[in-house]
Amino acid sequence: MGKTVRGQWHREILSSPSLSLSPMGGWQRNKGWSHSVTFTRMERNPLQRQVAYMRRSLFDQGYLDEQFVQLEDLQDDANPNFVEEIVTLFYTDSARLIHNIEQALESRPLDFIRLDDYMHQFKGSSSSIGAKKVKNECTQFREHCSARSAEGCVRTFQQVKQEHTILRRKLETYFQLARQAGLAN
Amino acid sequence: MLLLHIGKPFNLRKEILGKKMRGKGSSSSKISTLIVDDDPLTRRIHKVLLTKVGLETQAVENGKEAVDLYRSGASFDLILMDLEMPIMDGPKATKELRAMGVQSMIVGVTARDLEVEKQMFMASGLDDCYVKPLTTDTVTALVEKLNKDN
Repeated sequence: MGKTVRGQWHREILSSPSLSLSPMGGWQRNKGWSHSVTFTRMERNPLQRQVAYMRRSLFDQGYLDEQFVQLEDLQDDANPNFVEEIVTLFYTDSARLIHNIEQALESRPLDFIRLDDYMHQFKGSSSSIGAKKVKNECTQFREHCSARSAEGCVRTFQQVKQEHTILRRKLETYFQLARQAGLAN
Repeated sequence: MLLLHIGKPFNLRKEILGKKMRGKGSSSSKISTLIVDDDPLTRRIHKVLLTKVGLETQAVENGKEAVDLYRSGASFDLILMDLEMPIMDGPKATKELRAMGVQSMIVGVTARDLEVEKQMFMASGLDDCYVKPLTTDTVTALVEKLNKDN
């Protein structure tokens, strides 16, 4: 088993190497065998540590959930930018839904069924990328649709948009830093 | 310290999953899947997921396109059918495919989590129904069931 050395940890793998540090800041499985491994923190450059810390924070602060990890697991040599591609696709598609919802919120009387339908799509897309806080706000909005509360819908939609924007900025920063870390590596 | 489970080697699992059932009469050695979903995000995620486990994939945007494909003579081992789609939704497309005698495994995928809605979808002729997006484990289980049933 590997020994820890003060200030420097090293990875000990029980069999053939199956993990390497992903430019995205996490661990990625290399092609081939997957084995039980025990490992301790590898020495990384400061940029890689920053990327890993940022990634960890996104989960710890509730911005992302397990679905984001599922996307990371799908990223490989055949689809090297898959996660960023999916997130970009989400933000392109969700801009359309936001526009639709904004228009629907201007009509009187409010069509709660249409609003709920739009938000159902929005929630589904948010779930697909693991956007946990956005998804939760979508759920709140739909509850107000069920309750036929116009004030509730208007208020929670602002929160949906806010979380949507916050996450976009965080992910943009994260992907940018990850790219730099990858280049630096 | 992080302990990972011991699993089958990825490339061996890919070979097992990708291998087509015997006796299907197709010359292809890969399981073919049809993704039926109006959401481009879901289509992309499922396409990469299914390809990664060794399956052939094709995607259409609504139930009518799926039905038209079968009417033109195409056939797939597995269909991932979304519930809500414009033009023709999942339940209607599933009913129509079953009425045509299609025996492919049809699995519903939906963002709706209510049991009553899933049961309604199942009643249209699905073999199973899951909340989307699918995970690698779910797809693995589906393909193993597909192989076992045949």
